[in-house]
Amino acid sequence: MPSNYKTIIKDGLWDNNGVFSMLLGMCPTMAMTTSATNGFGMGLATAAVMAASSFLVAVFRKRITQEVRIPVYILIVAAMVTLVDLAMNAWMHELYKVLGLFIPLIVSNCLPLARLEAFAARSEALPSLADGLFMGLGFTIALTVIGGVREIIGSGTLFADASLLLGPAFRSMELRFLPADMGVLMMVLPPGGFFVTGYLVVAKRLLDLKAGKEIQMTGAHSVG
Amino acid sequence: MKIGNLLHVRHGLVLGCFCLGFGLVLAFTDRLTSKDIAARALEDRQNSLSQVIPGSIHDNDPVEDKLVIKDAGNRDITVYRSRLQGKVTGVAFESFGTGYGGEIRLMLGVDDQGRLLGVRVLAHHETPGLGDKIESKKSDWILRFTGLSLGNPPVERWKVKKDGGQFDQFAGATITPRGVVRAIKSGLDFYAANKASLIAEN
Repeated sequence: MPSNYKTIIKDGLWDNNGVFSMLLGMCPTMAMTTSATNGFGMGLATAAVMAASSFLVAVFRKRITQEVRIPVYILIVAAMVTLVDLAMNAWMHELYKVLGLFIPLIVSNCLPLARLEAFAARSEALPSLADGLFMGLGFTIALTVIGGVREIIGSGTLFADASLLLGPAFRSMELRFLPADMGVLMMVLPPGGFFVTGYLVVAKRLLDLKAGKEIQMTGAHSVG
Repeated sequence: MKIGNLLHVRHGLVLGCFCLGFGLVLAFTDRLTSKDIAARALEDRQNSLSQVIPGSIHDNDPVEDKLVIKDAGNRDITVYRSRLQGKVTGVAFESFGTGYGGEIRLMLGVDDQGRLLGVRVLAHHETPGLGDKIESKKSDWILRFTGLSLGNPPVERWKVKKDGGQFDQFAGATITPRGVVRAIKSGLDFYAANKASLIAEN
């Protein structure tokens, strides 16, 4: 297990990216990437849950016995998701109205569970926190990029409604490339999610090949 | 007791302790947030009501003045009443229709003469880019119902054009507007059936 932070950061953001390398967490990846803003918000919520649950599992890892570890992991992830859900509903209500339906989906995301099992269960608390955080940020980047591509082709905009998510100061981020109703509708429907994710996975592998890296096919293999 | 049994007990205790611990954490968070969440829900309701009941026709807070009536399908409908100097000037209530992707929830505002003050879509699962033109944010289609009532147009014309009625469907979508028109019509029927109890105190 890598325990130095540079490897953790590189793994999380690129080398072992949750979506583009491990192909985990496909449910929120498909459902939430109809726009860059949605993908970004969903990614950040997931990152918060992952950092918190990785930290907690690492802290309690000596107490969690092998036989009941999976229920305990799911319990911890579910508890963190509920915390995020309640806190967002109370204090970030505008964002909650956009993402609220999809927050519970984080529980069904297998990426947090995979990282708990593969990393946090056998690492110290702080490296685990970093792993959860950067895996979550890698997930955020992936969702934002997929959402951005789908949004540009499908609706002709980029970061539409970003000011709802980040505050009025970010209104200038909201761009429009095509006139309204000119987008390719399919891209914001489920097939678009599969197309864009597929092509981006290919693109990442080509980049890795060009850089002379070995293609990592970690996927489910990293789960016990 | 055998060693194996003791181990089982230990696993159970570990899991139980975690459940208890996180249960307490969640209970605490719930207490911390419940007030704010209730306040946000109330604001949302006030917002959607203020879109279908113009501020000029009431001096009360319609969110506070509500009563529950069963509709034809035996569903509980909460009706919010707007009053000006104690007299009921209009009511707002939810109506439900079926679109292409499932249920469409509408908020209807109706004045004391049975005319629509406004219609807004609260929630729907229609196709983005096609069916979502029923949202006031995306298109002004839904605004055309303002001012209409059961007699205007006549009852048999309360349909989309494709069904021989008077309302335009929009390009690429018939089922969605049909669901909305039906939901508005059923809302007006609900109003007509319960008019006596809705504005009884006038």
